[in-house]
Amino acid sequence: MASFDVIILGGGPAGYICAIRSAQLGLGTAVVEQEKLGGVCVNIGCIPTKALLHSAYIASLLKESKEFGVEASGVKTDYGVAMKRSRRVSDQNSKGVEFLMKKHKITVLKGTGVVQPGRKVKVGSEVYEAKQAVVLATGSRVKGIPQIGLEINKTTVISSDEALLLERVPDSLAIIGAGAVGMEFADIFQAFGVKVTLIEALPRILPIEDAESSDTLTKSYKKRGIDVIAGATVTKATVGKDKVTLDVAAGSDKKQVTAAAVLMAAGRAVNTENIGLKECGIQLTDRGFIKVDKNLQTTTPGYYAIGDVAGPPMLAHKGFREGSVVAEIIAGQKPHPIKYDNVPSVTYCHPEVASIGLTEDQCKEQKLDYVAGKFPFSANGRARGTGETEGFVKILRDKKYGEILGAHIVGAHASEMIHELAVARENEYTVEEIDLAIHAHPTMSEAIGEAALDSLGRVLHI
Amino acid sequence: MATKVHMEALSPTMEEGRLVKWTKHEGDAIKSGDTLAEVETDKAVMELVARADGQLLKVMVPEGTTVPVGNIVAWIGKPGEKVDGDGAAAPVPKSAPAPEQRARSAVRSAPASAPQPTPIAPADATRVKASPLAKRIAKDAGVDLKLVHGSGPGGRVIKRDVEQAPTAAVATTAPAVQRPAYGAQRTPYEDVPLTQIRKTIAKRLAASIGPIPHFFLTTEVDMERGAEAREALNKQLGEEGGKISFNDIIIKAVALALVQHRACNAWFQEDHIRYWNEVHIGMAVAIEDGLITPVIRNADMKSLREIAAESRELAGRARNRRLKPEEYTGATFSVSNLGMFDIDQFTAVINPPEAGIVAIGSIVAKPVAEGDRVVVRRRLRLTMSCDHRVIDGATGAVFLKTLKQMLENPLAMLL
Repeated sequence: MASFDVIILGGGPAGYICAIRSAQLGLGTAVVEQEKLGGVCVNIGCIPTKALLHSAYIASLLKESKEFGVEASGVKTDYGVAMKRSRRVSDQNSKGVEFLMKKHKITVLKGTGVVQPGRKVKVGSEVYEAKQAVVLATGSRVKGIPQIGLEINKTTVISSDEALLLERVPDSLAIIGAGAVGMEFADIFQAFGVKVTLIEALPRILPIEDAESSDTLTKSYKKRGIDVIAGATVTKATVGKDKVTLDVAAGSDKKQVTAAAVLMAAGRAVNTENIGLKECGIQLTDRGFIKVDKNLQTTTPGYYAIGDVAGPPMLAHKGFREGSVVAEIIAGQKPHPIKYDNVPSVTYCHPEVASIGLTEDQCKEQKLDYVAGKFPFSANGRARGTGETEGFVKILRDKKYGEILGAHIVGAHASEMIHELAVARENEYTVEEIDLAIHAHPTMSEAIGEAALDSLGRVLHI
Repeated sequence: MATKVHMEALSPTMEEGRLVKWTKHEGDAIKSGDTLAEVETDKAVMELVARADGQLLKVMVPEGTTVPVGNIVAWIGKPGEKVDGDGAAAPVPKSAPAPEQRARSAVRSAPASAPQPTPIAPADATRVKASPLAKRIAKDAGVDLKLVHGSGPGGRVIKRDVEQAPTAAVATTAPAVQRPAYGAQRTPYEDVPLTQIRKTIAKRLAASIGPIPHFFLTTEVDMERGAEAREALNKQLGEEGGKISFNDIIIKAVALALVQHRACNAWFQEDHIRYWNEVHIGMAVAIEDGLITPVIRNADMKSLREIAAESRELAGRARNRRLKPEEYTGATFSVSNLGMFDIDQFTAVINPPEAGIVAIGSIVAKPVAEGDRVVVRRRLRLTMSCDHRVIDGATGAVFLKTLKQMLENPLAMLL
C-alpha cells in the first residue's frame, strides 16, 4: 500500500495550499482531485468571473467614453467571446496549480477520494495510507431550492456553473440571491444587454455588508436599470420550456417576475456526502459543516478539515490560510491562530464592495462606543479624474482607544484598497497610525487616510 | 524530536544564572509549566519552568553551575529518545533555528495539541514590543507592558494580552480611595521635557560629581509623639496584629509628604523628568551578600497596618532571595534605615532613576533645649540625598520640612 505523510482530499484553494505548505515543510504529500486542480475558485468561481467582470467593465466604459473624448461607435458585445476568454484564464490558472504540484513533488491522485478508518484514503480501487494526517478539503457546490420548484435544470434554471459556460446570453434573467455571486452576475449580464431582476430574501442586497454599502449599490444598480427587489421571497416558481415565472412576495406586496432564465445564487451546499465521514466517526455541525476544533482537527484525531467544508466564511482566502495553518500544525509547528474576525470580504461588482471587521449595525448591536469616519470618493481627486466617484470609505473607530472596529469601502478598486486596513487591524494599528502613514497623492487610497481623520473629527478635504 | 531546555532570562537584567537545585530529575515525567529547577539570578532565586511535555531525558548542567542565558541545561522528550550530548558545551544562539529547518530535520512527532506561540524570554527589558493599540490600553489601565507576556509574532504584546494581564502587571493595584493632592489625575505619572536651564543644571552638576550630582540635607526630628503614637497603636493591635515599627511610620510619612511634593517623587530620564502621580517606596533591605530594595506600592494609600505587614513580608522574602523582579523594581523614592545599627546619621546613595532617598539614623534620647530649659527627648536624624538634576536645594528642604512636621505630629497623617 502506497503511503504519504499527508493526503489531502480536494485540490481547491484550501487543499492545494495545504499541499504546497506541507511539501515545503518536508512532508510527503498527495492531493486527491476528481476534476481540475484549483477547484471551484480557479475553474468555476473567483477567477473566470473576474475575467467576465472585466469584459463587463469595458462594455460599460465604452458607453460613457464619449464624455472622455473617445467616441466608440458600433460597440457590440458577445458573451460567447468573453466566456471563451474567461475559460482560457481559468485553464492557465489550473495549469499553474498543476505546475506548482510538480514543482513541490506533490503526487496528484485523479479520482474521488473516500476516507477510511486508520488514516486511509481510497481512490478508485487503490487504498493509500497517510502516516500523519488526512486533510478534508472537499469544498462546496451550487444548490437550488427544490422546495419551491427551483431545481437546477441547467437550461431555464441555472447556477453559476452554467452561467459561466453560456455561448449566448438570455434576453432576461432573474437572479435569486444578492450576495457576492448574485451581485457579480447581475453586473456582468446587465452589461451584456440582459434585462436583469435581482431578488434578495433579506431586507437589503449584500446582506452581510454594511447597510450604507448596500444602499450605495442599490442606487447604482437601479440607475443602471437592474430591477432590485429586496426583502422578497419567491413563493412559487413555474418553470416552462423557455421561460420561468416567479411569484414574488415582499411583505403584502405581491408580484410576478417572468424571465427567460433563473440564476440560483442563494447559498452553497458543502461536499460531505459519500466520502466516508461517518465510517471514520467524523461528525458534522448542526449546519452541515464538518465539526472541527481550534486546530481544525475533526472529531476523529488525525483527520483535519479546511476550506468551505470546515465552515464559513466560504472564501478562497480563508481556505488558503487554513490550508497553510493545518500543514504547519501537522509538521509539529505552532502557527499563530487564524483571526476569523479579520478576513476581508470582497464583491467585485461595479463599484466594488470590500470590508473587514464589524459593520455599523454590529457595533450598535454589541453596544460598542464607536465613531464612524467617512469620506466620499466624490471628494477625491483621483476618483474625479477617472470618473469613478461612486462610493466611499467608512472606518468605524472605537471611541476610547482608536481601534479600527470595522472598515467598509465602496468604489473602484475597493478590493485592492481594503488590505491597508487588513494590515492595520492585524497589527492593531489605530486610526492615528493610518493617518501617520503618508498616502500618495492623488490616489483613491487617500480616502482611507481621510476617513481615519474624519473619525477623529479632523477630515481635511471635505 | 526532543526539546531543549535553555537557561532563560528570568529577570530583565539577567545575563547568567546559577543552577541552584534541580527539582526534577532525569526520568521524571514533565508537564509544560512544571518547575524544573531553581535558578539564582542577579537579584533573586527564581523558577525555571518547562515549556514542553514529556520526560526529563537528560540534565546537562550539575547543581551549582553558573550558565549563560541561552545555553542548554536539559532535554525534554519521549522516553528513550536520543539527545544531542554536546549541547551543553557550545553556547546556543538565542533565536531558535528556522522553522523550516526544524521541520526538515525529520519532525515526525504527533500533531501539536494547541497552537501556542513559543514563549519568548524578555531579552531586552528597555524595549517592549507591543501593538499601538495594546500600548494605549496599557497606558490607560496602568499596565506595565514589561510584565505582560506577548502572544503576538515574536512575543509582541497585543490587545488580548493586556486585557488578560494578571493583576501583578497592573501598577495601579490601589483600592478605590480618593487620593489627596495631585492624586486627582488618573495617569500614573507625567513626563515633563527638560527645560534648557534644567539641562544645563543637569550637565554641569553631573560633571561636577559623578553621574548623579548628589547633595544632602539633614534635619533632626523630635520623635516623642511618634514614639507615643507607636506604643499606643501597638497596644491597640495587641499580640495578633503584628507590630508597627518606626520604619513603617517613616515610610508612611515619606509617602504622604511625597504626595504634597511631587517634585521629589520623580525619575530622571535623560531628556525628560518623569513626575510620578503614584508613590512607590523602595525600602533598602540588607541581605547576606548585598542589598535589595523591595517596593511598597502606593504606600500613600495604605494603612500603617498594611505597610507593616507588607514590609515585614517583603523583607523576609528578600533575605531568602525569593523576590520576583516586579517586587524590587519601579520605586519612585527610597528609604534606607541603619537605625538598628546605632548609626546616628549617614548619607545614602540614590537608586537611579529615582531622584531621592532618605537615610534614617537611630532614635536617641538626648538633651535638647526647650525654651530656656534643657529636657531629654527622643530624637531622630534624617538625611535626604537629592539628585540635583531633579531636585534643587529649596525643593528638597520644603519636602523635608513637611516630613519632619508629619513625624513630629503623627496625627497629621490622618488628615
